Parts: sequence; C-alpha cells; structure tokens
Amino acid sequence: MSQVSVTNVSKVHVSIKGEPLLALHDVNFQVEQNEFFSIVGPSGCGKTTLLNLLAGFEQPTRGELRVGGQLITAPGWERAVVFQEYALFPWYTVSQNIRYGLKRKRLPIDEQNRLFDHYIGLVGLRGFESRYPRELSGGMRQRVSIARALAVNPAILLMDEPFASLDVQTREYMQDELLKIWQREPKTVIFVTHSIDEAIKLSDRIAIMAPRPGRVEEIKVVEFPRPRDPTNPAVVRLAAEVKLWMRQQTLAEPALEDLASTGSN
Amino acid sequence: MSEAGNRVLPPQTPEVFGEAADARDAGADAKLTGMPPEAPRRLVADSGAMAELAASMVPAPPAAWRRFLSQIRHFWLLLLFVVVWQCISVFGVRFNPQLDVMLPPPTAVFSAAMDLIARGVLMTHIVDSLYRVLLAVGTASAIGIPLGLAMGWFPRFRSAVDPLLEFIRPIPPLAWIPLSILWFGIGDTQIVYIIFLAAFFPIVLNSMAGARDADTYLVRAGLSLGARPGELFTTVVLPGALPNIFTGVRVGLGIGWMALVAGELVAAPSGLGYMINNARTLFRSDYILLGMVLIGVLGLVLDFIMRKAALLIMPWHKGQ
Repeated sequence: MSQVSVTNVSKVHVSIKGEPLLALHDVNFQVEQNEFFSIVGPSGCGKTTLLNLLAGFEQPTRGELRVGGQLITAPGWERAVVFQEYALFPWYTVSQNIRYGLKRKRLPIDEQNRLFDHYIGLVGLRGFESRYPRELSGGMRQRVSIARALAVNPAILLMDEPFASLDVQTREYMQDELLKIWQREPKTVIFVTHSIDEAIKLSDRIAIMAPRPGRVEEIKVVEFPRPRDPTNPAVVRLAAEVKLWMRQQTLAEPALEDLASTGSN
Repeated sequence: MSEAGNRVLPPQTPEVFGEAADARDAGADAKLTGMPPEAPRRLVADSGAMAELAASMVPAPPAAWRRFLSQIRHFWLLLLFVVVWQCISVFGVRFNPQLDVMLPPPTAVFSAAMDLIARGVLMTHIVDSLYRVLLAVGTASAIGIPLGLAMGWFPRFRSAVDPLLEFIRPIPPLAWIPLSILWFGIGDTQIVYIIFLAAFFPIVLNSMAGARDADTYLVRAGLSLGARPGELFTTVVLPGALPNIFTGVRVGLGIGWMALVAGELVAAPSGLGYMINNARTLFRSDYILLGMVLIGVLGLVLDFIMRKAALLIMPWHKGQ
C-alpha cells in the first residue's frame, strides 16, 4: 500500500463576501515510501491548499487523506512542514529552533543532544548554534527550518515552496543540498513549487495542477538519473512540454461541461 | 510510528557542506576555463578564524570622555530650553515684576529642591508617589496581562468579556474619584485604585492584540512539530505577544503616572501632586515648578527602565 493516499479530495473555501470557491476539485494521487513527489502548478491552482490538507492545518470538504493508512485529522510531527518564509521562532536561537520538536516529543536529553548534533552538522550550520534567526541569511534560515523538520523524524516531509524566497544562486545550491540530504537519509518528501525546472531537477514524480478549479491534471514520472543536467536535451524537452501545457492551462478557462465530467465518479 | 529516538544514526555526522563540495566546484570551474585545477583558495579557514577576523575589524570602543560627550549631545535641546527659561525669568523681571512669582527661574527651582531635601520632605513625596504608581501598575499588569492574553487567544472568551470592558473603558479614571473616596476614604488605597483603572485598559488591550495577532505560520510550525495547546501558548503565543505586552505596560505606566498626579491634586495626604496643590495655597510657585519638573523626570526614568528591561527580557528584539 502506498504511504500517502489522497482520495477524491475537494476543498471549498468561503470568500470574505461569503461566496463559496472551489479551491480543489476531486484530487487523487498516491505517494510511495521514500519517494520525492512534487506538486507544480500556476498560482491559484490550490497546491498550497493541498499541502495544508496534508499537514492537517485544514480539513477537506470531501474525500480523505491518509498517511500510513491513518486518516489525517490534525497537524503533527509525523508530517513536519518546511514553509516558504521559514517560520522559524524569532525568540529562539538556531539551537533552540532545531531542538523545538525534540523537546515536544519528550526525548531524553542525551537523545536530544545527539539528534541536534547530527542535524546541525547535516545542514552545515555548526558554529551558528547561538544565533537568532534574523542574524542569518535566507538560505541559512531555510537550512535551520529543514533541520528542525527532519530532527523529529517525520514519516513525510512537507515542503511549501521552500526555496521561492531565495536568490537564484542560493536556490540552486539549496536544491543540491536537499537532494544530498535526501539521498543520504531517504524520506518521503512532498514538495510544492511553481517552478517546473525545480520539480524536474528534484522529483521522482510530478503532479501537475491546473487552476479554477484546482485539480491534478497529470502525474509525470521523471526517470532521468540524478544529478540531472538541466542542459540535457531530454530534460529540456520535458520542461518545455510541461511549460507549454501549463501556459495553455493558465490562459484557457475550463468549459463547464469539462467540470461536470471530471466531477462525476 | 517509530520514535525518532529509536533510530540508529551513523557513527559520525559527516558534513555534507564544506571542503569537499567547494573543492569539487573549483574543479568544475577549472574545466570551464581550461585552467589546470588547483586547490581552492580559501580566505578564511574555519569559523574560529572568521570570528577572529571579524573581531579585528571592529573599531576599538572610544575613550570614556568621548562616550560621555556623545551621551550629553542628545540633551542639548533640553539644555537650551533650560537656558532660555532662565534668561526669560531673570531678564523678564525687569519689565514685569510679577514674573518673580509667575515664572521662577530654574535656579530658584533648584534651590527650592535643596531646601525641601534639607527639611526631609521631598523624598517622602517622591517615594509616596512612586510607591502608589508602581503598586497600581503592578496590580494592573498582574490582572490585565493574563486577562488580555486569554481574550486574545480564546475568541469566545473575548466576545463574552469585551462588552463589559468597552462599557467601563470610556469612563475617565478621574470620574471615579468621588466614588472611590466614598469607598476607600482619602489615602493610598483610593489613589492606587484610580491609577489602577487608568493603567488597566492599555495593558489589557495591548496584551489581547499581541495574543490575537499571533503569527499563523509560527502557530502552524509549532503544531506540526508536535506542540500541545499549552506548549503552543508558552512557546509561540506568549513570546510573540511580549513586545505588545511591553508597549501596554509602558503606556499604562505613562497614563497611570498622569492619573496619580491628578488624583493627588484632588485628594491626598502626600505625594508630588499633593505637594503642588499645597504650594499653590502657599503661593510658592517655585515648589509648584519643582513638582512638575520631578514628575517629568521620574516619568522619563521609569520609561527608560522599562525599555532596558524589555531588551533584557527580549534579546532577540534588540535593534528592532
């Protein structure tokens, strides 16, 4: 059985004026153990909503989401989240941030020390233990956030556009580092991004979403071996294909009949 | 779900980042430029050396007299004000003899202070006023901060308490004076009660705003790292609300200080407000001005202490 299963999930958001909005429509997919699974799509396609459902921050209007067979009902450390804006606690040092989840799990102090030491080394931040988050660069903050999430040993790691706020060089560097960490210590990752290139560089499979209403249109398997060369003709072709398709999606408004047909199952 | 603690980690924690990665990057660069690969030049070897280098670039602290001078510099406008006041009082008397009583010069205020200190009265007034204000603002904080935080964190509690608070809040503390004299008589309790009412609302409302506006992402981060509701409050909501709480207490202290003087002017057995009012009946305008100056200075000192305390309690907030 798949580790993560999303079945017939729809989500309705109610706008400030009280109008219901179909944020997600009949989403279905499975994610396997230790798979790197990306969700891409233009803004407004509901990819962040989908991640919020997986994290347990929101509940689906229809359908169900399961991790390891368990229904997702609330947030928890089995599904640790890395946010776009890092969401580090500004009042805690790097060390206290990384230890946050370990303390909440009531691990013995020796164990906390051992895990902290391991993960701060893994993200290369030794020497910065006593800094506050605002004393760090964006890339370093995101590394703290990744260490903090990995330290609690979640069943799946949820990442919501984690590198979108970083400059291009730092972003590419962080992508490489994330891959290294993931290859060293395999883990199921669900990675939301609006960048197709990023998704192709990192993922085993990519779910491509379309907006209005948010839905998963296609799931592509990326079979090229890592590290992937972005100038490789096959990679270029795949990226161009997805980009063209997505461009058409963004421009085209879906016809009502299409909605009706995808809605029935 | 297995506990993180049960995992067996690799015996050593290898650095994924660092030397090896840099060396490889340098090799790739060499390939591109056609130059033979050479060992990457590293300006700084490790974080220890980096800290040393940084420390060597920080300029030495200036001499003590220079620091003193730069501290003084902030007060030049205040000094100018005092000098102008002195000039107006001293030279104005030649044109209007009444100015002697209407606006005594700073030097007269100073000698009035010396006079009252010598008689041992001044410190009693200052201590009495400070005691009242600190007791009242302390009580207002002890009740107002928890109440405000609870209102901010539990919307249903807020909507229950809000109408009552918003009904009492517009009533000026001074309007309570007659009733409070009936209740408590003239004395410390009555004045403390008036100050308490004045300081209470800014403290409650700011604490409430702090808890209510807790950063959604930080709350979510806490929850997704396994924080229970109580832990979420102490580790996320409370630290996030601290700047607001401090603002509330500072505003409360300022308003409380004003209410103190007003309360003491109307009815009190001692204190700076009493001293001012008493001086009025004695026609001693130098005592009146002395009282006013002291109220200003003590308010300034209290606020300064509050800001220092805020930095001590919120080191991460420094320079923001």
